[in-house]
Amino acid sequence: MATDESVLETCERRGISRRRFMEFCGTMAATLALPTSYAQNIAAALGQKRKPVLVWLEFQDCAGNTESMLRSPHPTIEDIVLETLSLEYHETIMAGYGKHAEAALQRVVKEEKGKYLVIVEGAVPTADDGVYCTIGGRTALDIAREICGSAAATIAVGACAWDGGLVRSNPNPTGAVGLHEAVPGIKVVNLPGCPQNSVNTAAVLVHYLTFGVLPALDGEGRPLFAYGQLIHDQCERRAHYDAGRYVQAWGDEGHRKGWCLFKMGCKGPEANYNCPTVRWNNSTSWPVKSGHGCIACASSRFWDTKSPFYERLPHPAGFGVDVTAGEIGWTVVAGVAAATAAHAVGHVVRDHFHPGDDDVSPHEEDKDVKTTTEVH
Amino acid sequence: MARVVIDPVTRIEGHLRIEAEVNGGRVTDAWSSGTMFRGIELILRGRDPREAWIWAQRICGVCTTVHALASVRAVENALGIDIPDNARLVRNIIAGAQNVQDHVVHFYHLHALDWVDVTLALKADPAKTSQLAQSISEWPKSSTVYFKGVQDRVKALVASRQLSLFSSGDWGHPAYQLPPEANLLAVAHYIEALDMQRDFIRIHAVLGGKNPHLQTYLVGGMSTAIDGNEPEAVINPERITLFNELAARATTFVQQVYVPDVLAIAGFYKEWFGYGEGLGNFMAYGDLPSGNIDDSAGFAYPRGVILNRDLSTVHPLDPEKVAEYVTHSWYEYSDGDKVSRRPAEGETNPKYSGPKPPFQQLDTDAKYSWLKSPRYDDKPMEVGPLARTLIAYASGDAQVKKTVDGVLAHFNAPPTVLYSTLGRIAARAIEADIVVQKLPVWIAQLDDNMAHGDIRIHNGDKWDPESWPKSCAGFGLEEAPRGSLGHWVEIENKKIVNYQAIVPSTWNAGPRDAHGQRGAYEAALLNTPIADPERPLEVLRTVHSFDPCLACAVHVVDGKGRSYGRNVVAVTEPEGSTSLPPDPVAHDEAVLQGGR
Repeated sequence: MATDESVLETCERRGISRRRFMEFCGTMAATLALPTSYAQNIAAALGQKRKPVLVWLEFQDCAGNTESMLRSPHPTIEDIVLETLSLEYHETIMAGYGKHAEAALQRVVKEEKGKYLVIVEGAVPTADDGVYCTIGGRTALDIAREICGSAAATIAVGACAWDGGLVRSNPNPTGAVGLHEAVPGIKVVNLPGCPQNSVNTAAVLVHYLTFGVLPALDGEGRPLFAYGQLIHDQCERRAHYDAGRYVQAWGDEGHRKGWCLFKMGCKGPEANYNCPTVRWNNSTSWPVKSGHGCIACASSRFWDTKSPFYERLPHPAGFGVDVTAGEIGWTVVAGVAAATAAHAVGHVVRDHFHPGDDDVSPHEEDKDVKTTTEVH
Repeated sequence: MARVVIDPVTRIEGHLRIEAEVNGGRVTDAWSSGTMFRGIELILRGRDPREAWIWAQRICGVCTTVHALASVRAVENALGIDIPDNARLVRNIIAGAQNVQDHVVHFYHLHALDWVDVTLALKADPAKTSQLAQSISEWPKSSTVYFKGVQDRVKALVASRQLSLFSSGDWGHPAYQLPPEANLLAVAHYIEALDMQRDFIRIHAVLGGKNPHLQTYLVGGMSTAIDGNEPEAVINPERITLFNELAARATTFVQQVYVPDVLAIAGFYKEWFGYGEGLGNFMAYGDLPSGNIDDSAGFAYPRGVILNRDLSTVHPLDPEKVAEYVTHSWYEYSDGDKVSRRPAEGETNPKYSGPKPPFQQLDTDAKYSWLKSPRYDDKPMEVGPLARTLIAYASGDAQVKKTVDGVLAHFNAPPTVLYSTLGRIAARAIEADIVVQKLPVWIAQLDDNMAHGDIRIHNGDKWDPESWPKSCAGFGLEEAPRGSLGHWVEIENKKIVNYQAIVPSTWNAGPRDAHGQRGAYEAALLNTPIADPERPLEVLRTVHSFDPCLACAVHVVDGKGRSYGRNVVAVTEPEGSTSLPPDPVAHDEAVLQGGR
């Protein structure tokens, strides 16, 4: 456990106030559904002298996940890249360019082999020898194999890096695939969503840095703490659904009163994500709160499987207000069933914390990873 | 003579490669290549036009929201839909906020490190930085203690020997000319601007559900229900207060930090008013309507074309004169690669013919980019904040004229200095200043409409596809932060059959055309001084002055002869769920009538 002295030393070394640092650790504990006392453990882990190295790769992307990360409220992007990790490669924001940038990446692979973390954004094109995405004259596939192949772990952020996302949508002109298909066998955490919610990405990073293992994942490689529950079950408009109060037309009385968007095509009953609870942009809002249906952007192949987005969900005969859409969701959604003991958030995380192991180092031994991480 | 290659060009959106010939310390020729391709327009075929914006928005996550707006405009144009005034205002607020946010992020986080040496901030005397800061602005964070704190943070970072994203910078490059105290000031504002963008963009979160990739557009309006008497309405008096607070804080930042910093930093690099001149042709579709979108006379950004740096004439713009070449792009046209095609009859068959990866150099005499070459009346054009500012200036816009003249007076320089690398940077700051001041006006109009009981946010007359003609086509034009954006859509039997986008960075970053005319980047790089070909920082300065966005720029237009029917991947669906269920309306009504 971090002592006051060690925390103070950390803060001094980094030129930040103790209050600010502990606030950040407290927020992370909350996101991971840990008791507030765990903030001390997080503080200890983040207080290591040498910061773990992170590289961020972009392939067939729109940089939406990068932008999402730039808006990260807790921790802020400056907390991440100045205090917590050493982000040594990220095309969108790094100082270096051209061959200096490539040299920085090569240095990480060589000097940090097996120890660094990778975040990948964007799909990987495989058609026509990968000519649809090259960086420094090399294909995305070539780069992904080398960089992810030598990393301690990879985090695939956004729908495209997970399963090819929009780029892979029919007719998939470039043969795009997600990372775990492009580079089979690597250790990867998927953080789908279009884009990823930076709160979840930060929580995965902090979890790894604090406990030395990746968080518990569902059958699709998504952390349970973020993807373990149906949107519909967490939705603030749920009471209206249960009472049969639906928006029937855009701008009608129900729409102005915040009624349920089910009939306007909302996919919340089929979508797993913590969007309604963590929300976006410092918890300001999320799409349903702003009056539009969910498009299930964290669901597998959602572009092809969840559109048309304005068509209301099909439902089984006998559907009525007594049958929750939660149950409908279980019936209809392919692949989601594997996901979840829906309320396991937090337990899984706590299972991997061993009181007394105060000095768990991220790079020391990750024997637990195999038990918590499905390899994709 | 040396061939300088920069790949990846970093601190941009997307994948850009620049090759340049350097001769006698100057760039003598340059080639711009987009190295990534996705094919989003192809993917849009067969989809419901009402959701095209959700897909098209993913063209870019940096200029998020702009493709959504162009897309709904295109579909509304095709179907003949007018949107309610409240929807227009919400769209203007979103677009205006995007512009301001994008310009601030560009200057501090994408561009500043071309001019600011972070490591030199360590040598600064915080007291002198404080003096400098107080001499240029009223911004309250300007004490010696404050700058000392920032400097300590940089010191700790450097002492850790883990410089994170600053580790690969060109520190110590002779082209860096700021005194240490200005470097420290810029580093402090780099960090403050991160706070600013995070805070300000909450206006998008309320009006869009989230940022990036807002989720509240509708063909016919917006989903942001408005009602002065409903606490759950997305727009209500409480939210109006929040919008005003966010806009006020952003205005203060733009006027007290961004604009003064641009002027101060430019003051140390005045010779860059003489580099990066470029094409001298400027185009803007115009935007920010005060009424109907078809009434371009009511646009806050005027529409028009300037040719050959001649500010005495603003030519009217005719969208029919837009066409694209693929002579040097990795596509084929059915009637040969020497002709250009208008977007309405565009076609694209991707065909890579570049070197097999991994490669060292492109064959720039042949095809060398995934970007096409858009032309207006067969001429290459520069688009973006500089183009908009010049067109507004030449059109006699009083506010733009006053602001531009103020900046020119500050440097004691004529308008011709605007045709430059620094001119683009200055125009962006001027534009942010002007647009951020429009936000409270639109917010007040929204408030006023609400107070007078106008709560229309969506025109649902054509929401039902059964009300549509069998076939129709339309286009949506817009001024995105990086310049003129157009989407074209063709609808048949309620589905998209043809979709295409010609975007700002395609105009600016595109390759040569059939006549050998360079694109805007390529032209602007000519004569750039290069102190050290191994570290061509100066190339980045000019390329970054355009604020490149390559994901946007690379797009594909479907070949009309190709058939890509909607062929949804097989999903495991339980039996019985694929057929449409019984209409729940009857059931719902029963519930509403107490039938539960």
